[in-house]
Amino acid sequence: MLRYIDEYRDPELALGYAREIAAVTTRHWKIMEACGGQTHSIVKYGIDRLLPTGITLVHGPGCPVCVTPISLIDSAIELAARPEVTFCTFGDMLRVPGSRKDLMTVKAEGGDVRVVYSPLDALRLAENLPHREVVFFAVGFETTAPANAMAAYQARRKKIRNFSLLVSQVLVPPALEAVLSSPLHEINGFLAPGHACTISGYEDYEALARKFRVPLVVTGFEPGDILHGLLMCILQLESGRAEVENQYTRSVQREGNREARAMLAEVFEIAPRVWRGLGKIEASGLRLSAAYSELDAEKRFGLSPESAEEKSACISGLILQGIRKPVECPEFGKGCRPERPLGATMVSSEGACSAYYRYRRLEATDELPRT
Amino acid sequence: MCLSVPAELISISGEDPLSRTGKVSFGGVIKEISLAYVPEARVGNYVLVHVGFAISVIDGEEARFVFDFLRQTAEANSGKELG
Amino acid sequence: MNSREPEGASCGLPHELPEKILLAHGGGGRLMQQLIRGAFSENFHNSYLSTEHDSAVLPAPSGRLAFTTDTYVVKPIFFPGGDIGRLSVFGTVNDLAMSGARPLYLSTGMILEEGFPLESLQRIARSMREAADLCGVQIVTGDTKVVEHGKGDGIFINTAGVGVIEHSLNIQPSSLAEGDAVLLTGDLGRHGIAIMAAREGLEFETTIESDCAPLAAMVLDLLDACVELHCLRDLTRGGLASALNEIAAKASRAIVIEEMQIPVRTEVRGACEMLGLDPLYVANEGRMVAILPAKEASRALEILRRHESGKEAVLIGKVEAKPASRVVLRNAIGVTRYLDLLSGEQMPRIC
Repeated sequence: MLRYIDEYRDPELALGYAREIAAVTTRHWKIMEACGGQTHSIVKYGIDRLLPTGITLVHGPGCPVCVTPISLIDSAIELAARPEVTFCTFGDMLRVPGSRKDLMTVKAEGGDVRVVYSPLDALRLAENLPHREVVFFAVGFETTAPANAMAAYQARRKKIRNFSLLVSQVLVPPALEAVLSSPLHEINGFLAPGHACTISGYEDYEALARKFRVPLVVTGFEPGDILHGLLMCILQLESGRAEVENQYTRSVQREGNREARAMLAEVFEIAPRVWRGLGKIEASGLRLSAAYSELDAEKRFGLSPESAEEKSACISGLILQGIRKPVECPEFGKGCRPERPLGATMVSSEGACSAYYRYRRLEATDELPRT
Repeated sequence: MCLSVPAELISISGEDPLSRTGKVSFGGVIKEISLAYVPEARVGNYVLVHVGFAISVIDGEEARFVFDFLRQTAEANSGKELG
Repeated sequence: MNSREPEGASCGLPHELPEKILLAHGGGGRLMQQLIRGAFSENFHNSYLSTEHDSAVLPAPSGRLAFTTDTYVVKPIFFPGGDIGRLSVFGTVNDLAMSGARPLYLSTGMILEEGFPLESLQRIARSMREAADLCGVQIVTGDTKVVEHGKGDGIFINTAGVGVIEHSLNIQPSSLAEGDAVLLTGDLGRHGIAIMAAREGLEFETTIESDCAPLAAMVLDLLDACVELHCLRDLTRGGLASALNEIAAKASRAIVIEEMQIPVRTEVRGACEMLGLDPLYVANEGRMVAILPAKEASRALEILRRHESGKEAVLIGKVEAKPASRVVLRNAIGVTRYLDLLSGEQMPRIC
């Protein structure tokens, strides 16, 4: 048994929550789960199948892989193709399509592309390969930012000259604000990302709740957590409340992780960021602060990313805002599949499109096997 | 965000908080990770691990919240049905 | 025991075997003979090999022949629970077993990179011999080539195998019938995780060893007991999910499996959670699925469980008519979903 994991996957717990949700729901509600990891869980475990028909789940922009702009992928590809560069990345980024190719192709063409588990593994590579320029693709939301920051912090402290970061750090609350500011959205409540909030805390979400009068429940990732978060959100909606609540109390505190936030303040500063599918959002990301700017790969290698257009058929922007579902895209499963994706939401392991594709439940037209 | 996995902290090395590391066990699979962001962590705690870093210590008391909430809600609702 | 012979002083060849493979070892001349004696003779010897002809002349078995080949490029070449040599014997033996054949003879072709340590080659050859002995097969012919440093990644091994089919069943996906039981011989994911642990970059400690094992004895026991087998498939790359998808597609039927029935060790689950992998797609090397009429299932399980690598054999699902060519997974909550093929290899992920 895996402790603190299996207990929250207990079928009785899930079915118990499903019953309570059905008992309290009297109206139609649209709830967005912000984090791609939550999307993955919902689709994989079929949590939406357990909900009454009045509850619609909408998938949000919380997939840092999906929202990294094409221009940055193209920069990554350009760097990885350089003979002197050892390009390190999380596995998630390997097959995300840029304008013309992806990092996996660059690797196949001879580029030194390495998958790492931790940013510190990339730093260690730089120490062990002093004649190589080691670049780390620092992608992530708040959850990953402290790890990426530590790599930068240690590189500077140890004076490791051959290490740099290509930064694609984004923040969740500004993205949710952008979603809520769209006239097209119909979202009544949110599940806020439990791991990002483990780092950042949830004070920033309180401003959103007040401004837009929506409930936000900080929620974990196992089926039990998600159903618990949904019940809390629905209880608020049914009683007309619009507050921030914490479902994921075993990990999240309102102030977040103090040491991590201190490191973020040391290494990064808030910056505007372009989100693939959503466009430029002010104060929505992080860049290296002045003291760390020499570790910025874009500066070091003189990259000036040109903004690149998404392939026109891709509607990932609408999907990331919860305005469309993957199955509503005409290319879904046809011109766009994981092995030949048109956009990032299809290739990222937690992108809504790939979650739907991979864990597609039987359609209504298929006969369900009888038990 | 994503993929942070609970693991048991089975040993700690180093004194300096920022460079402190620990060995954690994922069901018996051992990995060395950074404890820089959990200075309060002690051997025997469970920590949440993301990309080689512990990002929080799991609160054993609060871990019951998911179960307690369901039980209380179910009791309250069945009370309403009967009453 | 060593097989060195004293060399004449005049020919200038070294007295000892070299530490590393040289290009000349593949040249067909004296050095190649030296290599064969130094690395192979001790391990590969039988009446066929000792004739040292270009081809092994074998008695024709009565019955249909099964013939298969596979090439092994696994890295690292030595891993917990096995090595490339062991894998190359078991893998090909298992392929023969999947048509219900009794494995008889193997060939082996090796491509060595210049600079490959001779000691490693000796270890691999020894491992192949032990594996062959375990399966009751003989390695009757072989070939070695050496390529320049940088052109070969250490060692590649091809093995081809011949077996005899002594039954009259048609063991292939087209034999699947609605209602058939799907059996799995043991727990998943050990090989893939053991390999990952041994690879540079991921660095985790585990006691997990590869499940690399031969399956022929289990299959032959089932056949000896006249169990009506419809399909057998050994799980390799791509795991259980890939094997079942291939069968379902070829059979144009549905395979429905129960997630709760599928055995996965806690350590394998722990590693998969840590890396974000799904055990259903992780590689195995000593596991198979057996699809047979439902009424044969308990008898078959009893036979499988008598074997070391089948002691956790379990019924995991069944064959249905629809949805045709798909694999369906029912989870603990009772929700069903498709279990699809992945587009490529699973990567460790952060999201």
